[in-house]
Amino acid sequence: MNKIIENTKLSESVVKMVLDAPAIAQKRQAGQFIILKINEKGERIPLTIVDSDAQAGTITIIYQVVGKTTAALAQLKAGDALQDLQGPLGNPTEIENYGKVVCIGGGVGVGVVYPLAVALKKAGNEVISIIGARTKDLIILEKEMEKVSDKLIVATDDGSYGFHGFVSAVLQQLIDKGEKIDRVYAIGPVPMMKVLCDVTKAPRIKTIVSLNSIMVDATGMCGACRVSVAGKTKFTCVDGPEFDGHDVDFKLLSNRLKMYCDPEREAYENHKCGCDGN
Amino acid sequence: MKIISVGVMETKEIKEKKEKVPRQKMPEQEPKKRIRNFEEVPFGYSEETAITEAKRCIQCKKPGCIAGCPVDVKIPEFIKEIAEGRFTEAALKLKETNGLPAVCGRVCPQEDQCEKFCIIGKKGEPVAIGRLERFAADFERNSGNVKIPPAVRSNGKKIAIAGAGPSGLTIAGDLVGLGYDVTIFEALHKAGGVLVYGIPEFRLPKAIVEAEVEYLRKLGVKIETNFVIGRTKTIDELFAEGFNAVFIGVGAGAPVFMDIPGENLSGIYSANEYLTRSNLMKAYLFPEYDTPIVRGKRVAVVGGGNVAMDSVRTALRLGAERAMIIYRRTDVEMPARKEEVHHAQEEGVEFLMLTAPVEYIGNDAGWVTGMKCLKMELGEPDASGRRSPVAIKDSEYVIDVDTVVVAVGTMANPIIPATTPGLETNKKGYIVTKDESGLTSREGIYAGGDIVTGSATVILAMGAGRKAAKAIDEYLSKK
Repeated sequence: MNKIIENTKLSESVVKMVLDAPAIAQKRQAGQFIILKINEKGERIPLTIVDSDAQAGTITIIYQVVGKTTAALAQLKAGDALQDLQGPLGNPTEIENYGKVVCIGGGVGVGVVYPLAVALKKAGNEVISIIGARTKDLIILEKEMEKVSDKLIVATDDGSYGFHGFVSAVLQQLIDKGEKIDRVYAIGPVPMMKVLCDVTKAPRIKTIVSLNSIMVDATGMCGACRVSVAGKTKFTCVDGPEFDGHDVDFKLLSNRLKMYCDPEREAYENHKCGCDGN
Repeated sequence: MKIISVGVMETKEIKEKKEKVPRQKMPEQEPKKRIRNFEEVPFGYSEETAITEAKRCIQCKKPGCIAGCPVDVKIPEFIKEIAEGRFTEAALKLKETNGLPAVCGRVCPQEDQCEKFCIIGKKGEPVAIGRLERFAADFERNSGNVKIPPAVRSNGKKIAIAGAGPSGLTIAGDLVGLGYDVTIFEALHKAGGVLVYGIPEFRLPKAIVEAEVEYLRKLGVKIETNFVIGRTKTIDELFAEGFNAVFIGVGAGAPVFMDIPGENLSGIYSANEYLTRSNLMKAYLFPEYDTPIVRGKRVAVVGGGNVAMDSVRTALRLGAERAMIIYRRTDVEMPARKEEVHHAQEEGVEFLMLTAPVEYIGNDAGWVTGMKCLKMELGEPDASGRRSPVAIKDSEYVIDVDTVVVAVGTMANPIIPATTPGLETNKKGYIVTKDESGLTSREGIYAGGDIVTGSATVILAMGAGRKAAKAIDEYLSKK
């Protein structure tokens, strides 16, 4: 059993959870994730480790309420416990001093890009961050991102805060202004990652994406998370979760993410199905 | 038995009749009924039937059956106990060499092992050794009277075991019995390995596996679930923490796909995923359990082994109208256990032999709708000794499907070799061992089961665990 230290809302549908997990906290590196299972009848879901405190023996995850499991997760209180927690899983991000990097997060994806920004900054990179959401209330981790970035640009689809438009438009502007970018990290909903990869393709900026495929065991055993990268089948759990975005077949990823929309809607009929890649 | 009262004839007649007591059948759920549930298919022997069957054993002086058993179960001895009505003693006799008799009685390929060498089988049908094994083990478990051997004095040496599957559970039982401090590290949230994620409830009820695991816990074995060796901690970190030896029994847990066009379409599963969802995650009980599974109407399972049979029979139980086995050779070459094929046939599974998929066709939403296949014919024998299938020219046709399960084998999972410097693997990624002891290229690290041999059986993995236990004990006794 893994005790919940904190479970607080960051926005209407995004929640931050701090868990007691000393072994994982010791070992975890930027880019890795965990699998959790709430109780005996629960499903196994992967979530990125946003932060950790090796001394306190805790890890932080951030999740969006999109279905039955995440809704149940949001109901839990500090002092409750998760039945199963496994990790750290996946390959850590390759961190080097690349020069100037742009870290882009959309929606709950900001939680995934945050630890990368931390590690990249620590490695000596100049970090420009772009975070976005549909509307102001859904922007998360603004302060934290500001702290680890040399420059932070916030964008909202509805213009209620910061730049009015998509994060991809912000990136396009940076490129158009002649900003010399060595690497882009783009993490968020599938359509957002696809558009960002389209933007960086012509100027040939290496773009790393972190994929949120459906997983079961997350140790390379089942292949639920398979994606096509440069025409080859890869498992997100053991070959990823990060890949060169220019090689990823986003259409396939998006299709596979919808595999259980119908049954999950059945299980969580009060809410909109959240596995539509948005 | 009718006694014919004619002098000389009498003994001869009785003798003949005695030889003709047929191999006793196990009562089973009716096919039509059982394809609507996940409950176990055979009910097992009654005490009376078990005794009748046990009496068919002629107690050979040189029993061939034992030689056919990878863990040398004392077969005639346990059968004799059953024949004489001492069922608990039979179970104890089994447990002297086999830690998982209730499991083996159900899933061992007896026709290729013990029963293959049974002398009674030369003329008629062999003694039903597997069914008797199952009977004795079930009797003991159901009696609620499972004896826990007295605790052995600890020798203070610590053993780490990676993987709580058949090999890991076996070696753990053996070493804890010799006084070692044994911890099993299991990646999944439940112990049992393939016994819980792979083999379906209708073939091996999970309560049995849980009872076996619980028994090991009572013997003093510690089991840490959700612990991925190589990720949560590496083997070298375990040594640094004071473990004296490590056994790797993680199975060949990576699925093989055929690398044909369209294989990543939605609705196409590896058998590992399909079975893990259904068995470990209990997706067949969705939405009571949270893990979903596709309940296909036209399901094609590619492959001819036990895993393929488990998958296709699962598909039927999930509501398939057509459940098909697609196999590129013929039923003669099919590696599945005979009983599984027989059960699948009874349940209405279609067997499309000499058929090989070459491409999958999908709709606009990326969901599989068709499977393009080639007709095959058998050519010359290949490396496996089986006649190899050769495609017939222009024989392409399409089978309508909405779900596909690829059950064409597994390969080595790379996590442990990749995180254990100096651990030698072969070209296919399997761990290289020196000999039967399971010793790897690294001192103190042993391996056994599918991660060494590639996909094999529960009992062979158990045999490997047993041998490695002996080797580790010898190694640490000298230290």
